[in-house]
Amino acid sequence: MEQEMAYDIQGDPHPVADFHDDYNGEKLGFWVFLLTEAMMFGALFLLFAIYFYRHAETFAASSGDLNVWLGGTNTVILLVSTYTMGLGTLMMRRGKVKASVGLLGLTALMAVVFLAIKAVEWSTEIGHGLYPGSGVLDAMDKGEILFFGLYFVMTGLHGLHVIAGIALMSWVMLLIRSGGVRPEHTIVMKNVTLYWDFVHLVWIVLFPLFYMIGV
Amino acid sequence: MPSFYHETNTVFGTHRNPVLQWIFTTDHKRIALLYMGVMFTLFFLAVSAALTMRAELFYPGQQFLEPHTYNQLFTFHGVTMIFLFIVPGIAAALGNFVLPLMIGARDLSFPRLNLLSWWLYVLGVVTALSSLVTGNGFADTGWTFYAPYSIRTDAHVLSTLSAAFILGLSSILTGLNFVVTIHRLRAPGMNFFKMPLFVWGLYSTAWIQVLATPVIGITLLLVILERTLGVGIFDPSKGGDPLLYEHLFWIYSHPAVYLMILPGFGIVSEVLPVFTRRTIFGYRSIAISSASIAGIGYLVWGHHMFTSGISDMARVIFSFLTFLVAIPTGVKIFDWVATLYKGSIVLATPMLWILGSIVNFTVGGLTGVTLGALGADIHLHDTYFVVAHFHYTILGGVIFMFIGGLHYWYPKITGKLYNEVVGRIAFGLVFVGFNALWFPMFIAGFLGNPRRYFDYLPTFAPYHQVAGIGGLLVAAGLLTVLFNFYRGLKNGKEAGPNPWRATTLEWHIPSPPPLENFSKIPYVDFEPYEYEKGEPVVQFDENFRRVR
Repeated sequence: MEQEMAYDIQGDPHPVADFHDDYNGEKLGFWVFLLTEAMMFGALFLLFAIYFYRHAETFAASSGDLNVWLGGTNTVILLVSTYTMGLGTLMMRRGKVKASVGLLGLTALMAVVFLAIKAVEWSTEIGHGLYPGSGVLDAMDKGEILFFGLYFVMTGLHGLHVIAGIALMSWVMLLIRSGGVRPEHTIVMKNVTLYWDFVHLVWIVLFPLFYMIGV
Repeated sequence: MPSFYHETNTVFGTHRNPVLQWIFTTDHKRIALLYMGVMFTLFFLAVSAALTMRAELFYPGQQFLEPHTYNQLFTFHGVTMIFLFIVPGIAAALGNFVLPLMIGARDLSFPRLNLLSWWLYVLGVVTALSSLVTGNGFADTGWTFYAPYSIRTDAHVLSTLSAAFILGLSSILTGLNFVVTIHRLRAPGMNFFKMPLFVWGLYSTAWIQVLATPVIGITLLLVILERTLGVGIFDPSKGGDPLLYEHLFWIYSHPAVYLMILPGFGIVSEVLPVFTRRTIFGYRSIAISSASIAGIGYLVWGHHMFTSGISDMARVIFSFLTFLVAIPTGVKIFDWVATLYKGSIVLATPMLWILGSIVNFTVGGLTGVTLGALGADIHLHDTYFVVAHFHYTILGGVIFMFIGGLHYWYPKITGKLYNEVVGRIAFGLVFVGFNALWFPMFIAGFLGNPRRYFDYLPTFAPYHQVAGIGGLLVAAGLLTVLFNFYRGLKNGKEAGPNPWRATTLEWHIPSPPPLENFSKIPYVDFEPYEYEKGEPVVQFDENFRRVR
């Protein structure tokens, strides 16, 4: 399509942004969205900081109940998956569609593995009665109740973001097939990459807070 | 020329059914009207709830409402007015309609996201209202949902909380859309200091929506999780701290009052130049004060908690910051008054509403400073003084500005003119009624009448009775506005593109505007309010080339 122009009083042309197809606008919009996500998780981190300050010792003790090896494996998985996701977008921009699709699929697969490990962890903890509202937990120290309350809320919310990430990756797959994402038009895939970066960044902070303070 | 009422863009291609054409439209102007329709229906519902409470309060002692019903009524009034009406408010309704027109754009950056915002809003409305008929009745917590009561009460808080969460999402998406639109879709040549001041108001508002709303979203979600799963974050019996709930709640909800008022301030700055026939005084200071109100307003939330048990140091800091936010607000008021000086003042209906709003808001703002003072607040906290202050800023301020804006843009939206005389009478009724309704409450509150009770000591009866009569006048005035708008729609005169001889871009296109607004995008290298001898300086030819 031809670039639309606005003309000033001297008759000189000035380009007009097209709201149907505005690369910078879509990128800016997604950054603003990530900002809202950061504010949401930020409030939870704030709560964590305050309660950690008040119950430092019980928090450290409760942290020992979590499996740091499973959590660590998950951290590595997410780190590698961010790499494959970014590489996938790079490949798409270079026109290597097949490689890009493969890397995208690999990323989604790692996200599924992450969730599977998470499910194992959660079911172990729930098996021990360590979940909000359980009689076992409510009989414990207040610091432990808060620790596990925050643990389930924050990793749960993060897990929802991982699930959303898998959905988004599948959507990008469909878009690649339909031509909505192609080497010269990668904005959706780029934004999904940004999103996935954010999801892994949140985990990078969550991991030491919950798993490593007790080590 | 066919207007946006005749043709539209939709998400799913073309529809022949007009209802589908409306509810699936991606046109910002239609979405604005969808918002207005739902919002004002709810507004009148919430007004009825307020009048019912006023009737109960007309005599001391219990009249016809159970105390519990009274609690539900003020919660319903608060939740509806705050979350369903005034938070989407001016931005989602008038802002949606006018923003692209004012910056020379054909739509918002993300038209489909805009429609999604409206759908989420409707979902929120339905969720909120559903608790009227399901569970143990509507929430009785007040609109603030303070923990731990909101965790314990038997009432159906869950749906109200979920509604507020969904509405928050809708609000965030609108804010995001506006931020991107203002950054990306301004007409070529229009830099930030050539934008109309309403756009500045919307821009500041949008940032508050984006930065503050997620905090309340997650906070309300935590209360939901407390009620459903027993996570103890705010439950003292499990080690949680209710004070943290209050902090997180007000981190959003105080900036939220600025997101209500800032677009209103924008409307004032639009209407004043037009009806004084001169440029606005201190354009830059008004623009920057909008941004600084948004910035400082983010840091004053603690003044809601002076009696909640926060430290003295925190109280002093929050009190100081609260005084600070009065400065940019004062700058605006002085700029507006200076705009009136030596202007050719035309007392048309929009101007009357705006002047009234300045008077009311000054009272509301100054009493806000009183409440921000630590010593005075201990005495006045939780009395009718606070309620009067709030209603002077929001009802006397924001809603007056909103109605003023509706009158101002009515010709643009409908293509018709309303009746000027009826409009002025309606303003008179509401202005007199409003002051009779709320000024006595300052005195009653100062003398110690607490808020949120269905009953009061007999000594306060005269104040409540004057207020009751004032309430009736306000209701009569609002109905007159509605009647006037309806009659204008039926048999008003044709407005033409620019009935007010105003300068901003929306008045250079037909009324009502065509789909996608501008056939050609103008080049904007001029200030938004340029008048010479009371007439607009800038004129365009039919191709939007500047001829003068």
